[in-house]
Amino acid sequence: MKLITAIIREVQLDRVREALIAAEITRITVSRVSGHGQQRIEEMYRGQRIVPDLIPKIRIEIAVNDGFVDITVDAILKSARTNGSGSVGDGKIFITPLEECIRIRTGERGGTAI
Amino acid sequence: MKIIWKRSLLLSIMLFLCVTGLYASDDTPIDTGVTAWMLTSTALVLLMIPGLAMFYGGLVRSKNVLGTIMHSYVAMGIISILWVVVGYSMSFGSNVLGGFFGWNKDYFFLKGIDTNVLEAGVPEYVFSMFQGKFAIITPALIAGAFAERVTFKAYCIFIALWSLLVYNPLCHWVWAADGFLFNLGPKGAIDFAGGTVVHISAGISGLVAALYLGSRRGYPYQVIRPNNLVITMLGAGLLWVGWFGFNAGSSISSGLSTAQALTATQVAAAAGALSWIIIESFHQGKATALGFASGILAGLVAVTPAAGVVQPYGALILGIVASMLCYTAIQVKNRLGYDDSLDAFGIHGIGGIVGALFLSFFIRPSWMKEAAAASSDGTWTIWNQLGIQAIAVIIAIGFTAVMTFIIIFLLNKVVKFKASEDDEMAGLDRSYHGERGYGMLNPS
Repeated sequence: MKLITAIIREVQLDRVREALIAAEITRITVSRVSGHGQQRIEEMYRGQRIVPDLIPKIRIEIAVNDGFVDITVDAILKSARTNGSGSVGDGKIFITPLEECIRIRTGERGGTAI
Repeated sequence: MKIIWKRSLLLSIMLFLCVTGLYASDDTPIDTGVTAWMLTSTALVLLMIPGLAMFYGGLVRSKNVLGTIMHSYVAMGIISILWVVVGYSMSFGSNVLGGFFGWNKDYFFLKGIDTNVLEAGVPEYVFSMFQGKFAIITPALIAGAFAERVTFKAYCIFIALWSLLVYNPLCHWVWAADGFLFNLGPKGAIDFAGGTVVHISAGISGLVAALYLGSRRGYPYQVIRPNNLVITMLGAGLLWVGWFGFNAGSSISSGLSTAQALTATQVAAAAGALSWIIIESFHQGKATALGFASGILAGLVAVTPAAGVVQPYGALILGIVASMLCYTAIQVKNRLGYDDSLDAFGIHGIGGIVGALFLSFFIRPSWMKEAAAASSDGTWTIWNQLGIQAIAVIIAIGFTAVMTFIIIFLLNKVVKFKASEDDEMAGLDRSYHGERGYGMLNPS
Protein backbone atom coordinates (compact mmCIF):
# COMPACT_ATOMS: atom_id res chain seq x y z
CA MET A 1 0.00 0.00 0.00
CA LYS A 2 1.17 3.47 -0.84
CA LEU A 3 0.05 6.99 0.03
CA ILE A 4 0.20 9.26 -2.98
CA THR A 5 0.29 12.97 -2.14
CA ALA A 6 0.08 15.36 -5.04
CA ILE A 7 0.50 19.13 -4.80
CA ILE A 8 -1.12 20.71 -7.86
CA ARG A 9 -2.29 24.06 -9.20
CA GLU A 10 -5.71 25.17 -7.97
CA VAL A 11 -6.92 25.69 -11.52
CA GLN A 12 -6.07 22.12 -12.50
CA LEU A 13 -8.23 20.57 -9.80
CA ASP A 14 -11.19 19.92 -12.09
CA ARG A 15 -9.03 18.33 -14.77
CA VAL A 16 -7.14 16.14 -12.29
CA ARG A 17 -10.36 14.98 -10.65
CA GLU A 18 -11.88 14.14 -13.98
CA ALA A 19 -8.75 12.21 -15.00
CA LEU A 20 -8.75 10.28 -11.71
CA ILE A 21 -12.43 9.45 -12.02
CA ALA A 22 -11.81 8.29 -15.60
CA ALA A 23 -9.05 6.00 -14.25
CA GLU A 24 -11.55 4.74 -11.64
CA ILE A 25 -9.67 6.27 -8.72
CA THR A 26 -12.52 7.81 -6.77
CA ARG A 27 -11.45 7.76 -3.12
CA ILE A 28 -9.51 10.94 -2.61
CA THR A 29 -9.05 13.70 -0.05
CA VAL A 30 -8.58 17.26 -1.25
CA SER A 31 -7.38 20.22 0.76
CA ARG A 32 -6.35 23.77 0.12
CA VAL A 33 -2.77 24.44 1.12
CA SER A 34 -0.18 27.10 0.50
CA GLY A 35 3.51 26.90 -0.08
CA HIS A 36 6.13 27.74 -2.57
CA GLY A 37 8.53 26.11 -4.94
CA GLN A 38 10.07 27.80 -7.93
CA GLN A 39 6.90 29.52 -9.14
CA ARG A 40 6.00 33.23 -8.82
CA ILE A 41 2.47 34.44 -9.49
CA GLU A 42 0.94 37.88 -9.45
CA GLU A 43 -2.40 39.03 -8.11
CA MET A 44 -4.00 42.44 -8.40
CA TYR A 45 -5.41 44.42 -5.49
CA ARG A 46 -6.59 47.99 -6.14
CA GLY A 47 -4.40 48.21 -9.20
CA GLN A 48 -1.28 47.08 -7.38
CA ARG A 49 0.48 43.95 -8.50
CA ILE A 50 1.32 41.71 -5.59
CA VAL A 51 3.51 38.64 -5.59
CA PRO A 52 2.43 36.53 -2.62
CA ASP A 53 5.18 34.73 -0.66
CA LEU A 54 3.03 31.68 -0.26
CA ILE A 55 1.13 30.47 -3.26
CA PRO A 56 -2.22 28.71 -2.84
CA LYS A 57 -2.13 25.10 -4.03
CA ILE A 58 -4.31 22.05 -3.84
CA ARG A 59 -3.16 18.90 -2.06
CA ILE A 60 -4.67 15.60 -3.09
CA GLU A 61 -4.11 12.51 -0.98
CA ILE A 62 -4.88 9.07 -2.32
CA ALA A 63 -4.19 5.77 -0.57
CA VAL A 64 -3.87 2.92 -3.08
CA ASN A 65 -2.83 -0.70 -3.31
CA ASP A 66 0.53 -1.23 -5.02
CA GLY A 67 -1.04 -2.24 -8.34
CA PHE A 68 -2.79 1.11 -8.70
CA VAL A 69 0.20 3.38 -8.07
CA ASP A 70 1.18 3.75 -11.73
CA ILE A 71 -2.38 4.28 -12.95
CA THR A 72 -2.89 7.03 -10.40
CA VAL A 73 0.44 8.72 -11.04
CA ASP A 74 -0.11 8.64 -14.80
CA ALA A 75 -3.56 10.16 -14.46
CA ILE A 76 -2.21 13.01 -12.32
CA LEU A 77 0.83 13.60 -14.54
CA LYS A 78 -1.30 13.81 -17.65
CA SER A 79 -3.89 16.14 -16.19
CA ALA A 80 -1.89 18.43 -13.90
CA ARG A 81 0.56 19.59 -16.55
CA THR A 82 -0.14 22.96 -18.12
CA ASN A 83 0.80 24.37 -21.53
CA GLY A 84 1.23 20.91 -23.05
CA SER A 85 4.80 20.22 -22.02
CA GLY A 86 4.43 21.48 -18.45
CA SER A 87 5.54 24.68 -16.76
CA VAL A 88 7.07 25.83 -13.49
CA GLY A 89 4.50 25.58 -10.72
CA ASP A 90 2.65 22.50 -11.95
CA GLY A 91 3.46 20.80 -8.65
CA LYS A 92 4.87 17.54 -7.31
CA ILE A 93 3.84 14.02 -6.49
CA PHE A 94 5.13 12.26 -3.37
CA ILE A 95 4.75 8.51 -2.86
CA THR A 96 5.24 7.14 0.62
CA PRO A 97 4.85 3.59 2.00
CA LEU A 98 1.62 3.13 3.91
CA GLU A 99 1.91 0.97 6.97
CA GLU A 100 -1.72 0.25 7.69
CA CYS A 101 -5.21 1.18 6.56
CA ILE A 102 -8.29 0.57 8.70
CA ARG A 103 -11.92 1.08 7.73
CA ILE A 104 -13.60 2.59 10.76
CA ARG A 105 -17.05 1.16 10.04
CA THR A 106 -16.01 -2.50 9.96
CA GLY A 107 -12.57 -2.58 11.50
CA GLU A 108 -11.16 -4.23 8.33
CA ARG A 109 -7.43 -3.79 7.90
CA GLY A 110 -4.98 -3.76 5.01
CA GLY A 111 -5.56 -3.80 1.25
CA THR A 112 -9.29 -4.57 1.37
CA ALA A 113 -9.95 -1.51 3.48
CA ILE A 114 -8.66 0.89 0.82
CA MET B 1 -60.02 104.46 7.05
CA LYS B 2 -57.15 105.51 4.84
CA ILE B 3 -54.80 103.24 6.72
CA ILE B 4 -57.11 100.28 6.32
CA TRP B 5 -57.37 100.94 2.60
CA LYS B 6 -53.59 101.13 2.34
CA ARG B 7 -53.22 97.92 4.28
CA SER B 8 -55.64 96.01 2.13
CA LEU B 9 -53.90 97.30 -0.98
CA LEU B 10 -50.59 96.10 0.39
CA LEU B 11 -52.14 92.76 1.27
CA SER B 12 -53.63 92.30 -2.16
CA ILE B 13 -50.29 93.16 -3.79
CA MET B 14 -48.57 90.64 -1.58
CA LEU B 15 -51.19 88.01 -2.37
CA PHE B 16 -50.86 88.79 -6.06
CA LEU B 17 -47.09 88.41 -5.82
CA CYS B 18 -47.50 85.15 -3.97
CA VAL B 19 -49.93 83.81 -6.50
CA THR B 20 -47.81 84.84 -9.44
CA GLY B 21 -44.86 83.38 -7.57
CA LEU B 22 -46.68 80.05 -7.58
CA TYR B 23 -47.97 79.94 -11.10
CA ALA B 24 -46.32 82.50 -13.34
CA SER B 25 -42.93 80.80 -13.35
CA ASP B 26 -44.77 77.48 -13.95
CA ASP B 27 -42.91 75.95 -11.03
CA THR B 28 -44.98 73.41 -9.14
CA PRO B 29 -44.23 73.67 -5.41
CA ILE B 30 -42.16 70.85 -4.00
CA ASP B 31 -44.10 68.50 -1.75
CA THR B 32 -41.47 67.74 0.84
CA GLY B 33 -43.33 64.69 2.19
CA VAL B 34 -43.52 62.97 -1.18
CA THR B 35 -40.01 64.03 -2.09
CA ALA B 36 -38.61 62.66 1.17
CA TRP B 37 -40.26 59.29 0.58
CA MET B 38 -39.12 59.18 -3.05
CA LEU B 39 -35.54 59.94 -1.98
CA THR B 40 -35.78 57.12 0.54
CA SER B 41 -37.24 54.78 -2.09
CA THR B 42 -34.47 55.62 -4.52
CA ALA B 43 -31.89 54.63 -1.91
CA LEU B 44 -33.87 51.49 -1.02
CA VAL B 45 -33.99 50.31 -4.64
CA LEU B 46 -30.25 50.91 -4.95
CA LEU B 47 -29.80 48.74 -1.84
CA MET B 48 -31.39 45.86 -3.76
CA ILE B 49 -28.43 45.68 -6.11
CA PRO B 50 -25.82 44.82 -3.46
CA GLY B 51 -28.58 42.57 -2.10
CA LEU B 52 -28.84 40.81 -5.44
CA ALA B 53 -25.04 40.61 -5.63
CA MET B 54 -24.99 38.83 -2.27
CA PHE B 55 -27.93 36.61 -3.17
CA TYR B 56 -26.32 35.45 -6.40
CA GLY B 57 -22.76 35.58 -5.01
CA GLY B 58 -23.50 33.04 -2.32
CA LEU B 59 -25.06 30.58 -4.75
CA VAL B 60 -22.06 30.03 -7.02
CA ARG B 61 -18.83 28.14 -6.40
CA SER B 62 -16.11 29.91 -4.44
CA LYS B 63 -13.98 30.47 -7.53
CA ASN B 64 -16.74 32.59 -9.11
CA VAL B 65 -17.96 34.59 -6.12
CA LEU B 66 -16.36 37.91 -7.05
CA GLY B 67 -17.14 37.56 -10.74
CA THR B 68 -20.80 36.99 -9.90
CA ILE B 69 -20.93 39.88 -7.44
CA MET B 70 -19.29 42.08 -10.09
CA HIS B 71 -22.08 41.25 -12.54
CA SER B 72 -24.40 43.23 -10.28
CA TYR B 73 -21.94 45.93 -9.27
CA VAL B 74 -20.71 46.74 -12.75
CA ALA B 75 -24.34 47.31 -13.77
CA MET B 76 -24.46 50.13 -11.20
CA GLY B 77 -21.62 51.74 -13.12
CA ILE B 78 -22.58 51.10 -16.73
CA ILE B 79 -26.35 51.55 -16.54
CA SER B 80 -26.18 54.63 -14.30
CA ILE B 81 -24.09 56.42 -16.92
CA LEU B 82 -26.21 55.22 -19.84
CA TRP B 83 -29.37 56.22 -18.01
CA VAL B 84 -28.20 59.80 -17.52
CA VAL B 85 -26.95 60.10 -21.10
CA VAL B 86 -29.86 58.60 -23.07
CA GLY B 87 -31.78 56.06 -20.96
CA TYR B 88 -34.17 58.44 -19.23
CA SER B 89 -34.86 60.20 -22.51
CA MET B 90 -35.51 56.94 -24.37
CA SER B 91 -37.81 55.72 -21.60
CA PHE B 92 -39.75 58.83 -20.63
CA GLY B 93 -39.44 61.16 -23.64
CA SER B 94 -42.28 61.46 -26.12
CA ASN B 95 -42.87 58.88 -28.84
CA VAL B 96 -40.40 58.74 -31.71
CA LEU B 97 -40.02 56.12 -34.45
CA GLY B 98 -43.69 55.24 -34.20
CA GLY B 99 -43.48 54.93 -30.44
CA PHE B 100 -40.70 52.33 -30.43
CA PHE B 101 -39.01 54.44 -27.78
CA GLY B 102 -39.17 57.99 -26.53
CA TRP B 103 -36.96 61.03 -26.92
CA ASN B 104 -36.80 64.44 -25.32
CA LYS B 105 -33.78 66.61 -25.94
CA ASP B 106 -34.10 68.09 -22.43
CA TYR B 107 -33.47 64.63 -21.00
CA PHE B 108 -30.24 64.11 -22.95
CA PHE B 109 -27.60 64.17 -20.17
CA LEU B 110 -30.57 65.30 -18.01
CA LYS B 111 -29.44 68.79 -18.94
CA GLY B 112 -32.87 70.40 -19.18
CA ILE B 113 -34.42 69.24 -15.90
CA ASP B 114 -32.23 71.11 -13.45
CA THR B 115 -35.19 72.96 -11.94
CA ASN B 116 -38.12 70.77 -13.08
CA VAL B 117 -40.68 69.70 -10.53
CA LEU B 118 -43.19 67.00 -11.43
CA GLU B 119 -46.93 67.34 -10.87
CA ALA B 120 -46.61 65.08 -7.83
CA GLY B 121 -44.38 67.73 -6.23
CA VAL B 122 -41.18 65.77 -6.70
CA PRO B 123 -38.08 67.21 -8.39
CA GLU B 124 -37.66 65.44 -11.71
CA TYR B 125 -34.09 64.52 -10.79
CA VAL B 126 -35.47 62.32 -8.02
CA PHE B 127 -37.92 60.56 -10.33
CA SER B 128 -35.21 60.10 -12.92
CA MET B 129 -32.77 58.59 -10.42
CA PHE B 130 -35.53 56.40 -8.93
CA GLN B 131 -36.32 54.99 -12.37
CA GLY B 132 -32.60 54.66 -13.09
CA LYS B 133 -32.26 52.11 -10.28
CA PHE B 134 -34.86 49.91 -11.99
CA ALA B 135 -32.82 50.12 -15.17
CA ILE B 136 -29.76 48.96 -13.21
CA ILE B 137 -31.30 46.00 -11.46
CA THR B 138 -33.00 44.52 -14.52
CA PRO B 139 -29.90 43.51 -16.53
CA ALA B 140 -28.21 42.48 -13.27
CA LEU B 141 -31.05 39.97 -12.73
CA ILE B 142 -30.32 38.33 -16.09
CA ALA B 143 -26.80 37.50 -14.93
CA GLY B 144 -28.24 34.75 -12.73
CA ALA B 145 -29.20 32.72 -15.79
CA PHE B 146 -25.68 32.48 -17.18
CA ALA B 147 -23.70 32.70 -13.94
CA GLU B 148 -20.23 31.14 -13.75
CA ARG B 149 -19.60 30.97 -17.49
CA VAL B 150 -19.40 34.32 -19.31
CA THR B 151 -16.51 36.65 -20.04
CA PHE B 152 -16.56 39.91 -18.15
CA LYS B 153 -15.95 42.05 -21.24
CA ALA B 154 -18.81 40.54 -23.23
CA TYR B 155 -21.12 40.80 -20.22
CA CYS B 156 -20.42 44.53 -19.92
CA ILE B 157 -21.20 45.12 -23.59
CA PHE B 158 -24.26 42.87 -23.39
CA ILE B 159 -25.93 44.73 -20.53
CA ALA B 160 -25.23 48.08 -22.19
CA LEU B 161 -26.83 46.96 -25.48
CA TRP B 162 -29.66 45.17 -23.68
CA SER B 163 -30.46 48.24 -21.64
CA LEU B 164 -30.59 50.43 -24.77
CA LEU B 165 -32.46 48.05 -27.06
CA VAL B 166 -34.71 46.08 -24.71
CA TYR B 167 -35.18 47.84 -21.39
CA ASN B 168 -35.62 51.43 -22.57
CA PRO B 169 -38.20 50.67 -25.29
CA LEU B 170 -40.16 48.31 -23.01
CA CYS B 171 -40.05 50.81 -20.17
CA HIS B 172 -41.35 53.46 -22.57
CA TRP B 173 -44.24 51.29 -23.76
CA VAL B 174 -45.37 50.37 -20.27
CA TRP B 175 -44.72 53.47 -18.17
CA ALA B 176 -44.41 56.55 -20.38
CA ALA B 177 -47.62 58.61 -20.63
CA ASP B 178 -47.79 57.96 -24.39
CA GLY B 179 -46.54 54.36 -24.28
CA PHE B 180 -48.89 52.03 -26.16
CA LEU B 181 -49.19 49.43 -23.39
CA PHE B 182 -49.81 52.23 -20.87
CA ASN B 183 -52.84 53.19 -22.97
CA LEU B 184 -54.17 49.72 -23.75
CA GLY B 185 -57.78 49.29 -22.58
CA PRO B 186 -59.61 51.89 -20.47
CA LYS B 187 -57.00 52.09 -17.70
CA GLY B 188 -54.00 50.53 -19.37
CA ALA B 189 -52.14 47.28 -18.87
CA ILE B 190 -51.40 47.09 -15.15
CA ASP B 191 -47.73 47.01 -14.32
CA PHE B 192 -47.39 48.84 -11.06
CA ALA B 193 -43.69 48.44 -10.34
CA GLY B 194 -42.20 46.37 -13.11
CA GLY B 195 -43.65 42.89 -13.54
CA THR B 196 -43.29 43.01 -17.31
CA VAL B 197 -40.62 45.70 -17.61
CA VAL B 198 -38.27 44.25 -15.00
CA HIS B 199 -39.06 40.66 -14.13
CA ILE B 200 -40.58 39.12 -17.25
CA SER B 201 -38.02 40.84 -19.47
CA ALA B 202 -35.09 39.75 -17.27
CA GLY B 203 -36.41 36.22 -16.86
CA ILE B 204 -37.11 35.64 -20.54
CA SER B 205 -33.79 37.17 -21.60
CA GLY B 206 -32.03 34.98 -19.08
CA LEU B 207 -33.71 31.90 -20.49
CA VAL B 208 -32.77 32.82 -24.06
CA ALA B 209 -29.18 33.54 -23.02
CA ALA B 210 -28.87 30.33 -20.99
CA LEU B 211 -30.18 28.25 -23.90
CA TYR B 212 -27.96 30.00 -26.45
CA LEU B 213 -24.76 29.87 -24.40
CA GLY B 214 -25.19 26.30 -23.20
CA SER B 215 -24.54 24.93 -19.76
CA ARG B 216 -21.59 25.17 -17.42
CA ARG B 217 -18.83 22.63 -17.70
CA GLY B 218 -19.86 19.44 -15.94
CA TYR B 219 -23.53 20.43 -15.52
CA PRO B 220 -25.64 18.55 -14.48
CA TYR B 221 -23.41 15.55 -13.67
CA GLN B 222 -20.92 17.37 -11.50
CA VAL B 223 -22.42 18.66 -8.28
CA ILE B 224 -22.32 22.45 -8.20
CA ARG B 225 -22.87 23.63 -4.65
CA PRO B 226 -23.44 27.14 -3.28
CA ASN B 227 -20.28 28.47 -1.65
CA ASN B 228 -21.95 30.50 1.07
CA LEU B 229 -25.67 30.38 1.81
CA VAL B 230 -25.20 32.85 4.65
CA ILE B 231 -24.52 35.72 2.25
CA THR B 232 -27.36 34.45 0.07
CA MET B 233 -29.76 34.78 3.01
CA LEU B 234 -28.45 38.25 3.86
CA GLY B 235 -28.91 39.21 0.23
CA ALA B 236 -32.49 37.93 0.20
CA GLY B 237 -33.15 39.99 3.33
CA LEU B 238 -31.77 43.14 1.72
CA LEU B 239 -33.90 42.48 -1.35
CA TRP B 240 -37.03 42.22 0.80
CA VAL B 241 -36.21 45.51 2.54
CA GLY B 242 -35.31 47.22 -0.72
CA TRP B 243 -38.51 46.01 -2.34
CA PHE B 244 -40.52 48.47 -0.23
CA GLY B 245 -38.81 51.23 -2.16
CA PHE B 246 -39.33 49.31 -5.39
CA ASN B 247 -43.09 48.80 -4.91
CA ALA B 248 -44.26 51.45 -2.46
CA GLY B 249 -42.01 54.02 -4.16
CA SER B 250 -43.62 53.25 -7.50
CA SER B 251 -46.77 55.06 -6.35
CA ILE B 252 -44.76 58.32 -6.80
CA SER B 253 -46.65 59.65 -3.82
CA SER B 254 -46.66 59.40 -0.09
CA GLY B 255 -50.20 58.51 0.82
CA LEU B 256 -52.90 55.90 0.51
CA SER B 257 -51.62 54.19 -2.61
CA THR B 258 -48.15 53.98 -1.04
CA ALA B 259 -49.61 52.29 2.02
CA GLN B 260 -51.61 49.88 -0.14
CA ALA B 261 -48.53 48.86 -2.13
CA LEU B 262 -46.42 48.51 1.00
CA THR B 263 -48.93 46.20 2.66
CA ALA B 264 -49.41 44.04 -0.43
CA THR B 265 -45.63 43.68 -0.73
CA GLN B 266 -45.18 42.46 2.83
CA VAL B 267 -48.07 40.00 2.62
CA ALA B 268 -47.01 38.49 -0.70
CA ALA B 269 -43.39 38.02 0.38
CA ALA B 270 -44.41 36.28 3.58
CA ALA B 271 -47.00 34.09 1.81
CA GLY B 272 -44.49 33.15 -0.89
CA ALA B 273 -41.76 32.24 1.59
CA LEU B 274 -44.04 30.17 3.81
CA SER B 275 -45.69 28.29 0.97
CA TRP B 276 -42.29 27.49 -0.58
CA ILE B 277 -41.01 25.77 2.57
CA ILE B 278 -44.33 23.98 3.06
CA ILE B 279 -44.26 22.63 -0.51
CA GLU B 280 -40.62 21.69 -0.07
CA SER B 281 -41.27 19.91 3.23
CA PHE B 282 -43.86 17.69 1.59
CA HIS B 283 -41.81 17.11 -1.55
CA GLN B 284 -38.24 16.76 -0.21
CA GLY B 285 -38.79 16.31 3.51
CA LYS B 286 -36.85 19.38 4.64
CA ALA B 287 -37.55 23.09 4.84
CA THR B 288 -34.42 24.71 3.46
CA ALA B 289 -33.09 28.21 4.03
CA LEU B 290 -32.56 28.66 0.30
CA GLY B 291 -36.16 27.56 -0.23
CA PHE B 292 -37.36 30.27 2.14
CA ALA B 293 -35.26 32.85 0.31
CA SER B 294 -36.57 31.66 -3.05
CA GLY B 295 -40.14 31.91 -1.76
CA ILE B 296 -39.54 35.48 -0.59
CA LEU B 297 -38.38 36.36 -4.08
CA ALA B 298 -41.21 34.50 -5.84
CA GLY B 299 -43.79 36.33 -3.72
CA LEU B 300 -42.13 39.72 -4.18
CA VAL B 301 -41.79 39.26 -7.93
CA ALA B 302 -45.44 38.26 -8.32
CA VAL B 303 -46.74 41.21 -6.31
CA THR B 304 -44.55 43.71 -8.19
CA PRO B 305 -46.99 44.37 -11.05
CA ALA B 306 -49.96 44.01 -8.70
CA ALA B 307 -48.99 46.05 -5.63
CA GLY B 308 -51.06 49.06 -6.65
CA VAL B 309 -54.31 47.26 -7.37
CA VAL B 310 -54.63 44.24 -5.07
CA GLN B 311 -55.78 44.09 -1.48
CA PRO B 312 -53.96 42.01 1.15
CA TYR B 313 -55.96 38.80 0.51
CA GLY B 314 -55.12 39.06 -3.19
CA ALA B 315 -51.44 39.58 -2.42
CA LEU B 316 -51.54 36.52 -0.17
CA ILE B 317 -52.96 34.33 -2.93
CA LEU B 318 -50.51 35.76 -5.48
CA GLY B 319 -47.61 34.85 -3.17
CA ILE B 320 -48.86 31.29 -2.75
CA VAL B 321 -49.55 30.74 -6.46
CA ALA B 322 -46.18 32.23 -7.41
CA SER B 323 -44.30 29.89 -5.07
CA MET B 324 -46.24 26.87 -6.33
CA LEU B 325 -45.58 27.64 -9.99
CA CYS B 326 -41.94 28.77 -9.53
CA TYR B 327 -41.20 25.62 -7.53
CA THR B 328 -42.76 23.52 -10.29
CA ALA B 329 -40.83 25.43 -12.96
CA ILE B 330 -37.54 24.66 -11.24
CA GLN B 331 -38.41 20.96 -11.00
CA VAL B 332 -39.24 20.98 -14.71
CA LYS B 333 -35.94 22.76 -15.44
CA ASN B 334 -34.07 20.00 -13.63
CA ARG B 335 -35.88 17.43 -15.79
CA LEU B 336 -35.22 19.29 -19.03
CA GLY B 337 -31.59 19.81 -18.09
CA TYR B 338 -30.95 23.32 -19.41
CA ASP B 339 -28.68 25.40 -17.22
CA ASP B 340 -30.49 28.49 -15.91
CA SER B 341 -27.84 28.54 -13.17
CA LEU B 342 -29.51 30.66 -10.49
CA ASP B 343 -33.09 30.37 -11.79
CA ALA B 344 -33.50 33.85 -13.21
CA PHE B 345 -36.26 32.47 -15.44
CA GLY B 346 -37.69 30.08 -12.85
CA ILE B 347 -38.24 32.86 -10.30
CA HIS B 348 -38.36 36.16 -12.19
CA GLY B 349 -39.81 34.96 -15.47
CA ILE B 350 -42.47 32.67 -14.04
CA GLY B 351 -43.16 34.85 -10.98
CA GLY B 352 -43.54 37.93 -13.17
CA ILE B 353 -45.96 36.18 -15.53
CA VAL B 354 -48.00 34.80 -12.63
CA GLY B 355 -48.25 38.26 -11.08
CA ALA B 356 -49.10 40.08 -14.30
CA LEU B 357 -51.90 37.64 -15.22
CA PHE B 358 -53.39 36.56 -11.87
CA LEU B 359 -53.59 40.09 -10.52
CA SER B 360 -56.67 40.52 -12.73
CA PHE B 361 -58.72 38.40 -10.31
CA PHE B 362 -57.92 40.49 -7.24
CA ILE B 363 -58.20 44.09 -8.45
CA ARG B 364 -59.88 46.30 -5.85
CA PRO B 365 -63.47 47.20 -6.80
CA SER B 366 -62.84 50.96 -6.93
CA TRP B 367 -60.26 50.44 -9.69
CA MET B 368 -62.69 48.32 -11.69
CA LYS B 369 -65.38 50.98 -11.33
CA GLU B 370 -63.03 53.64 -12.70
CA ALA B 371 -62.07 51.33 -15.57
CA ALA B 372 -65.75 50.69 -16.34
CA ALA B 373 -66.46 54.42 -16.33
CA ALA B 374 -63.56 55.01 -18.70
CA SER B 375 -64.49 52.22 -21.10
CA SER B 376 -66.63 52.84 -24.18
CA ASP B 377 -69.70 50.84 -23.11
CA GLY B 378 -69.48 51.48 -19.35
CA THR B 379 -68.67 47.90 -18.33
CA TRP B 380 -65.33 46.32 -17.62
CA THR B 381 -64.88 42.79 -16.24
CA ILE B 382 -61.90 40.94 -14.86
CA TRP B 383 -61.86 38.90 -18.07
CA ASN B 384 -61.49 42.08 -20.14
CA GLN B 385 -58.56 43.13 -17.96
CA LEU B 386 -57.06 39.63 -18.10
CA GLY B 387 -57.07 39.94 -21.88
CA ILE B 388 -55.21 43.26 -21.68
CA GLN B 389 -52.72 41.76 -19.23
CA ALA B 390 -52.18 38.75 -21.50
CA ILE B 391 -51.48 41.01 -24.49
CA ALA B 392 -48.91 42.97 -22.47
CA VAL B 393 -47.26 39.77 -21.23
CA ILE B 394 -47.10 38.20 -24.69
CA ILE B 395 -45.66 41.38 -26.21
CA ALA B 396 -43.05 41.59 -23.45
CA ILE B 397 -42.09 37.92 -23.88
CA GLY B 398 -41.92 38.06 -27.67
CA PHE B 399 -40.04 41.33 -27.83
CA THR B 400 -37.42 40.50 -25.19
CA ALA B 401 -36.86 36.98 -26.50
CA VAL B 402 -36.26 38.11 -30.07
CA MET B 403 -34.16 41.17 -29.19
CA THR B 404 -32.03 39.30 -26.66
CA PHE B 405 -31.36 36.57 -29.19
CA ILE B 406 -30.30 39.11 -31.82
CA ILE B 407 -28.03 40.95 -29.36
CA ILE B 408 -26.30 37.79 -28.16
CA PHE B 409 -26.00 36.37 -31.66
CA LEU B 410 -24.34 39.50 -33.04
CA LEU B 411 -22.27 40.19 -29.95
CA ASN B 412 -20.93 36.66 -30.00
CA LYS B 413 -19.53 37.31 -33.49
CA VAL B 414 -17.41 40.18 -32.16
CA VAL B 415 -16.56 39.27 -28.56
CA LYS B 416 -16.64 35.71 -27.28
CA PHE B 417 -19.52 35.66 -24.79
CA LYS B 418 -18.94 32.28 -23.23
CA ALA B 419 -15.82 31.85 -21.14
CA SER B 420 -13.21 29.46 -22.54
CA GLU B 421 -13.02 26.07 -20.89
CA ASP B 422 -9.77 26.97 -19.12
CA ASP B 423 -11.11 30.29 -17.85
CA GLU B 424 -14.27 28.62 -16.64
CA MET B 425 -12.35 25.94 -14.77
CA ALA B 426 -9.99 28.45 -13.21
CA GLY B 427 -13.02 30.53 -12.18
CA LEU B 428 -14.19 34.01 -13.15
CA ASP B 429 -12.40 35.61 -10.19
CA ARG B 430 -8.98 34.50 -11.28
CA SER B 431 -9.54 34.68 -15.03
CA TYR B 432 -11.15 38.11 -15.33
CA HIS B 433 -10.46 39.92 -12.09
CA GLY B 434 -7.11 38.53 -10.88
CA GLU B 435 -8.41 38.26 -7.33
CA ARG B 436 -9.81 35.69 -4.96
CA GLY B 437 -12.98 36.12 -2.94
CA TYR B 438 -11.98 34.18 0.13
CA GLY B 439 -8.71 33.47 1.89
CA MET B 440 -7.89 29.88 2.60
CA LEU B 441 -11.23 28.13 2.56
CA ASN B 442 -11.64 24.60 1.36
CA PRO B 443 -12.51 24.30 -2.31
CA SER B 444 -16.16 23.70 -3.07
